[in-house]
Amino acid sequence: MYRIVNKKPLATSIHLMEIEAPEVAAKALAGQFVILRADDCGERIPLTIADYDRQRGTITTIFQEVGFTTRKLATLRAGDYLADFVGPLGQPTEIENYGRVVCVGGGVGVAPVYPIARALKEAGNEVIAIIGARTKELLILEEEMRAVSNELLVATDDGSYGHHGFVTDVLKQVLTERRGIARVWAIGPVVMMRAVAETTRPFGVPTIVSMNPIMVDGTGMCGACRVSVGGETKFACVDGPEFDGHQIDWQLAIRRLNMYKEEEQRALEAQTGGGCRCR
Amino acid sequence: MPVIPKKNPMPSQSPEERRRNFREVALGYTRELAQAEAERCLQCKKAPCRQGCPVEIDIPAFIKLIKEGDFEGAIAKIKEKNNLPAICGRVCPQENQCEKYCTLAKKHDPVGIGRLERFVADYQLQNGRVEVPELPPASGYKVAVIGSGPAGLTAAADLARLGHKVTVFEALHVPGGVLMYGIPEFRLPKHVVQAEIDYIRRLGVEIKTNTVVGKVTSVDELLNSGYDAVFIGTGAGLPHFMGIPGENLLGIYSANEFLTRTNLMKAYLFPEYATPIKVGRRVAVIGAGNVAMDAARTALRLGAEEVHIVYRRSEEEMPARKEEIEHAVEEGVKFQLLTSPVEYHGNEQGWVTGMTCIRYELGEPDASGRRRPVAIPGSEFQMEVDTVVVAIGQGPNPLVLRTTPGLELTRKGTIKADETTGATSRPGVFAGGDIVTGAATVILAMGAGKTAARAIDAYLRSKG
Repeated sequence: MYRIVNKKPLATSIHLMEIEAPEVAAKALAGQFVILRADDCGERIPLTIADYDRQRGTITTIFQEVGFTTRKLATLRAGDYLADFVGPLGQPTEIENYGRVVCVGGGVGVAPVYPIARALKEAGNEVIAIIGARTKELLILEEEMRAVSNELLVATDDGSYGHHGFVTDVLKQVLTERRGIARVWAIGPVVMMRAVAETTRPFGVPTIVSMNPIMVDGTGMCGACRVSVGGETKFACVDGPEFDGHQIDWQLAIRRLNMYKEEEQRALEAQTGGGCRCR
Repeated sequence: MPVIPKKNPMPSQSPEERRRNFREVALGYTRELAQAEAERCLQCKKAPCRQGCPVEIDIPAFIKLIKEGDFEGAIAKIKEKNNLPAICGRVCPQENQCEKYCTLAKKHDPVGIGRLERFVADYQLQNGRVEVPELPPASGYKVAVIGSGPAGLTAAADLARLGHKVTVFEALHVPGGVLMYGIPEFRLPKHVVQAEIDYIRRLGVEIKTNTVVGKVTSVDELLNSGYDAVFIGTGAGLPHFMGIPGENLLGIYSANEFLTRTNLMKAYLFPEYATPIKVGRRVAVIGAGNVAMDAARTALRLGAEEVHIVYRRSEEEMPARKEEIEHAVEEGVKFQLLTSPVEYHGNEQGWVTGMTCIRYELGEPDASGRRRPVAIPGSEFQMEVDTVVVAIGQGPNPLVLRTTPGLELTRKGTIKADETTGATSRPGVFAGGDIVTGAATVILAMGAGKTAARAIDAYLRSKG
């Protein structure tokens, strides 16, 4: 059992959860993820690591209520326990001093971008961060991101804060006006990551995206998380989760994410309050 | 004493009934049936059956005890050598092992050794008197076992019984490896697996779940943090795909995923258990090994109307146990032999709707001794399917291997280990099971765990 030491809402339906897992915290690096189960009849879901604290022995994840398990997680509080928590999984971000880099985070995707931006900044990069959300109320980690970047740009779809429009609009402007951008990281909804990859493609700037497909074991055993990269099948759990955004088969990625849409609906309909239903 | 030519059949669920439920197919001998079967044993002096047992069970001795009605004595006799008898009694391919060498088998049915092993193991589990043998004084040595499948559990139990302190590291949230995620409930009930693992815990073995060696720690870190030896039993956890067009369409599963969702995550109880699985009307399972049979029979139980095994060789070459094939046939699984898919087709939403298959004929024997399948040009045909399970084998999972410098591998990517000791190229590091042999059987993995435990014990004691 893994204790939740801190849990707080960051925005409507977006939650921060800090979990005690000292062994995982000792090894976690930016770009990696964990797999957890809420209770004994839960499914295994992957969540990207938003932060780690080696001293306190904790891992922070930030998630949005989208399906059955994330809604269940939302009902848990500090002091409650998760049945299972395993990590750090996947390959860490390749951190080097590239020079000038851009980190793009959309929606809840700002959370995993944060440790990457921090690590890049610590490695000596000039970090331009672009974060966005549908509306101001849903924007998360603005201050944290500002603290780990040289420049922070904000976009909201409805114009309630920062640039009125998409993060890709801002990115395009940055790519046009600034010289020598060595690399772009983008994490967020799949459609956003695809849009970022299409934005950077004509500029020829290498673009790293973090895939978050459906997984089961997270150790390369099942192949549920197959992604097609440059025509080759990769397992996001062990080969990724970061890949070259210009090489991803985005249509396949979107389809595979939606594979269990009907079942998700059934599970939500069958959900009767909190607690474990299998007992 | 007259020879009784026929094995006592084991009561089981009828095919019509069982093909739609996940309850265990074979129900096990009753006390009367077990004693009747034990009567058939000739108690041969030479006991040829014993040469067929990878874990060296004294077979005639335990059967004699059953005959005499001393079931506790019989299970104690088995447990001198085998710590997982309820599992072995169910999933060992006895026809290729002990029973193959049974003297009776020359002219008649062999003694049902596996069924008898299962009977006494279940007897003990049901009667709740699972005694832990007296353990020798602590040796002071610590051994790390990576993987809690059949190889790791066997090595751990044997090492504990030799007085060593053993910690098992398991990546998943429950121990058991393939016994939990791979072999279906209807062949090996999960409560039986957990009961046998509880016994191993009671021998003093500590099991750390949710711990991925190769990520959260490594072989070298274990050796540097107080473990005197390491046993790697990480299994064949890397699914193979064929690499043909359309293989990533929705509805195409690896056998590992299909079985893991169903067995480990209990998707057959969705939505009580939160993990879903999708099974359509017409299912094709590619391959004809035990895993393929498990997947096909699972698909039926998940509600598929038609399940086809699609295999590129003929009946004779099918690698699955005969008994498993028979069970599949009885339950209504259909066989498309000398056939293999070459391409999958999907609909606009990306779901698989069919596959182009090609027919094969058998040519000259290949390296494996089996006749090589040769595609017949122009024999392509379409097969309508809405779920596919790819069960063409598994490779070694690379997580531990990649993070252990100096560990010599074979060309297949498995660990190079001495057959008689399990010793690898790294001193103090031993390996066994599918990670060494490639995908094989539970009992072979257990045999390897046993061999390695003995060698690890010798290694530790020679360290002084």
